[in-house]
Amino acid sequence: MESFLPLYMVTPLAAAFLIPLVGRVFSAFARTITPLVFLLLLILGIHYLLSGISSPLTYEVGGWQPVNGIPIAIYLVLDGFSTILLITINLIAFLAAFYSISYMKKYTAENNYYTLFCLMVAGMNGVVLTGDLFNLYVFLEIAAISSYALVAFGVEKTELEASFKYQVLGGMASLLILLAIGLLYWATSTLNITDISHILMIQGDNKIILFIQILLITGFGLKAAMVPFHAWLPDAHSSAPSPISAMLSGILIKAIGVYVLFRLLFNMFTLTYEIALTITVLAVLSMVIGGILAIGQQDYKRLLAYSSISQVGYILLAMGIGMMVLAQNGAKEIAALAILGGLFHLINHAVFKGLMFMNAGAVEHATGIRDLAKLGGLAKWLPLTSATSFTGSMAISGIPPFSGFFSKLIIIIAAIQANYYLLAFLAALVSIITLAYFLKLQKNIFYATFPEHIERVRKIPFTMKCSMVMLAILCLAMSLLIIPGIRDIVLIPAVEVLID
Amino acid sequence: MIVYLMCFILFLTGMYGVLSQRNLIKIVIGLSVMEISIFLFMALIGYIDAGVAPIVTQTGEQLIYVDPLPQAMVLTAIVIGLATNAMLLAIAIRLYKKYKTFDVRKINQLKG
Repeated sequence: MESFLPLYMVTPLAAAFLIPLVGRVFSAFARTITPLVFLLLLILGIHYLLSGISSPLTYEVGGWQPVNGIPIAIYLVLDGFSTILLITINLIAFLAAFYSISYMKKYTAENNYYTLFCLMVAGMNGVVLTGDLFNLYVFLEIAAISSYALVAFGVEKTELEASFKYQVLGGMASLLILLAIGLLYWATSTLNITDISHILMIQGDNKIILFIQILLITGFGLKAAMVPFHAWLPDAHSSAPSPISAMLSGILIKAIGVYVLFRLLFNMFTLTYEIALTITVLAVLSMVIGGILAIGQQDYKRLLAYSSISQVGYILLAMGIGMMVLAQNGAKEIAALAILGGLFHLINHAVFKGLMFMNAGAVEHATGIRDLAKLGGLAKWLPLTSATSFTGSMAISGIPPFSGFFSKLIIIIAAIQANYYLLAFLAALVSIITLAYFLKLQKNIFYATFPEHIERVRKIPFTMKCSMVMLAILCLAMSLLIIPGIRDIVLIPAVEVLID
Repeated sequence: MIVYLMCFILFLTGMYGVLSQRNLIKIVIGLSVMEISIFLFMALIGYIDAGVAPIVTQTGEQLIYVDPLPQAMVLTAIVIGLATNAMLLAIAIRLYKKYKTFDVRKINQLKG
């Protein structure tokens, strides 16, 4: 069963290799192969999820068996937490690639675009699957470097500037992570995550481990755009082509930021109250400041980018509450509830933020304008985009029965049960702020009077519509994850991985 | 111990360069200095006093070998560093073509 794990890296890498070669001869090759690869990986992931195998799968690259109990090979590990991440990554990647078929026609060098796209997804799949720290760094850099190139894909002034800023900050983050990995190898003489956790358990707490944790929080905090480290995100995410913005905001900051941080903090280090408190403070800052900054934005995609910072704050807040409860030896049920809320919000955010960026791309495709003040009255011309945008807005601001309501509700309930009333209040408050700026967005673009300077509104092509509608349906369908039968299959295994 | 500290000073020098310089190329140089300080540090982790290169020979003597794993890691990291530097410089050249300057203060269309 575990022999399918390398496929998650091998097929996108093979596609990335073949596209420049075969794409020269058959121009439609890149467009068809990219969505197909992600669809295949998505089906594999769902198949594993439904097969009901409860124990994690491990695959030794190269077939090297452990010697005297010391792992030699690079391990690929698939457990509950990585499964839901893998499915989300490949789902959004499939829909974004499908969306790109029409959207990318106005750009030249389509083959390069799809090559970079495949490389980015290969990197993210690798980060999620690997059980080896240095391998994690390599895949993280593959994903990061291809995303730098994709942000600059338009090669206009703003794109290049955003990409340079993103690269300098992202490069610094990568170096801090590499330094942390080096220090960890120094302290433990191994790179396998499970092995390190055993050694750290015996060694106990010391200053060097605390320093490593701080380095990792800074590095992955930069990648995940937590608030003191967020300056690059609004520029980078708003400058990229829209399907790439959907990938970056929906998936990349979670796969190479949030996911790795919590995988390491929960499963490798021993939880301490200080680190948990740091995460919670950063989470609250991201949530509140990201939300407040989003209100004032006049650019469609910048508003969505700031909203990403705020929503990632929710995920971090839920995880932070879980960590604080666990570190103080509180009730495990409360911690489990908080972490469940965080994971649920992570999947939901990938879906609705992907949808919102695709809507932004559709509006830009139709009118060529991103400035909210210059748009208006588009509901008559783009009824479908208006409807999907409405669905996405309602889901992200937490209106029942859309998925965002349930994840935010779980986070708030967990905060109240753990007696953090201030955090619960702030989470509810930011939810209202979110509703405010999404109503502003919806009104300014779709409902106000139609401005006269827009000469014509182009039709939205089929593949773009199709992706948007599928994501809009998912916004509703994700609410089903709250039903106990489905929750036990999808979310509970992931929560158990983090708590044990 | 002093070599580790010097590595750290080199790291901080690079970081100072990235934070204080206004020229795009100098920022890239600063990042490279940071990168190389970490490579040095990782190579030092695997070093053992009086150790030899880890090549198993037929003679059967018991030698002390240095740790080969950090060396392999540094090699991989150098290749990745090459990719990042190439990417950064390519963008810097494109920026120069658009703005006709390397000064970051004049490249300010986005507000952060």
